[in-house]
Amino acid sequence: MNWTWFPEYFPLLLQGLWLTIQLLVLSMIFGMTIAVPVGLVQVTGPKWLAAIAKGYCTVMRGTPLLVQLWLLYFGLGSVFSAYPEIRQSMFWPILREGYFYAVLAFTLNTGGYSGEIMRGGFLSVPKGELEAARAYGMSPWKVLHRIWFPRAVRNVLPTLANETVLLLKATPLAATVTVLDIFGVILRVRQNTYITYEPLITAALIYMALTFLITRAFNYVEGLVPSRR
Amino acid sequence: MAARPAPRSDERPLAVVVEDLHKRFGELEVLKGVFLEAREGDVVSMIGASGSGKSTFLRCINFLEMPTKGRIVVTGDEVALKPNRDGNLHPSDRRQLERVRTKLGMVFQSFNLWQHLTVMQNVIEAPVHVLGIPKAEAVERAGKLLHKVGLYEKRDQYPAFLSGGQQQRAAIARALAMEPKVMLFDEPTSALDPELVGEVLKVIRDLANEGRTMILVTHEMKFARDVSSHVIYLHKGVIEEEGPPQQVFGAPKSARCKQFVSGNH
Repeated sequence: MNWTWFPEYFPLLLQGLWLTIQLLVLSMIFGMTIAVPVGLVQVTGPKWLAAIAKGYCTVMRGTPLLVQLWLLYFGLGSVFSAYPEIRQSMFWPILREGYFYAVLAFTLNTGGYSGEIMRGGFLSVPKGELEAARAYGMSPWKVLHRIWFPRAVRNVLPTLANETVLLLKATPLAATVTVLDIFGVILRVRQNTYITYEPLITAALIYMALTFLITRAFNYVEGLVPSRR
Repeated sequence: MAARPAPRSDERPLAVVVEDLHKRFGELEVLKGVFLEAREGDVVSMIGASGSGKSTFLRCINFLEMPTKGRIVVTGDEVALKPNRDGNLHPSDRRQLERVRTKLGMVFQSFNLWQHLTVMQNVIEAPVHVLGIPKAEAVERAGKLLHKVGLYEKRDQYPAFLSGGQQQRAAIARALAMEPKVMLFDEPTSALDPELVGEVLKVIRDLANEGRTMILVTHEMKFARDVSSHVIYLHKGVIEEEGPPQQVFGAPKSARCKQFVSGNH
């Protein structure tokens, strides 16, 4: 075992950890804001919107995440850089970073998966509970945000927890577009020191710890409303 | 075709008026022109075999089903309707519909309590978020109602942990919390185990004795006979017989009604 690299790279590892957490949390938040309407319109219609949502989910779930990321980074990225207007705009410092394309790709990807999860969640709420809400005079919006959405989310929390864990373990792909997340740091260690094995074990342990935390957090939220099956 | 019922001479204000209600599901016409007039304090029971259209009729009153034809007036407020592509009439003014619905307290066969909320939260949900009553006041009122239905001790429980009878009593408290003008009961005891029926009927009976206006769809013949001021026997979407309970149960003119009530004691 060779841990001589560790002290030197420890600060970088911490930064990598922070980046990984950022990638995960941002993508999950943005992804869910896509997923909720994508799931909802597939249940409520109108038909043309449902078809668009369905198509989006199919594309996102049907292509490898790495391909999506590279299409955005190398494809969209080079399109952006071809326009001087964009290169000179205030957004360029963001738009030239691999970080931006990683968050974008993960967001769109998890938006597709979670959209399907939310569709199932909305369908799983008994019709009678929604009827009761309407029968007491709730507007469609109130039915959605007081009854339908909270019920749907609770029903799919275990599945969303799973999706979050899967997304966490997809974040190393960001290292392929120059992001120095945990995995990116590990690659750098290997590049600079030719030590491979110990850094990888370190990364594995960190991902496991994060997974544990995610599972615990979701379990806690699930426990807030006891259910009986 | 059912004829319009002869107006009963009465000075009490009209709570619910339904005129010539038709409902069609595709080819099947479930309601073929049903009339109902409920004045304040009336307890109207709708009886009839399964498939006679009585639940559909009740659900049309608060537009959980959209009628194909007809007029519905709730405490003088006639719900504005317009034809929809699906062949039914739909309320044309969403706000009016929502206002009318707050006056109608619906109790469902399958309770339909919101499973992610405690009993107390279920009861205050609509008063707070639809009527805009301050939460503290809503909680206080809900407490009284839960006492009344005998569930105050269960107020912090989630519905899944209650018996069917307790859930239905909670659902009644939830409906009462809106202080509705009219209570609508859609077969409130049909989903209950026999030994739990009594506790729910007792609560409904107390409400009737208080002089609440109620429209009740039920299979409990003895109960309907006891609490109703008016009974409607529905057969295949048509009012076959109606009148005071003594008449409908005691001396029905229609042979079919006679057979139905005698077979369902």
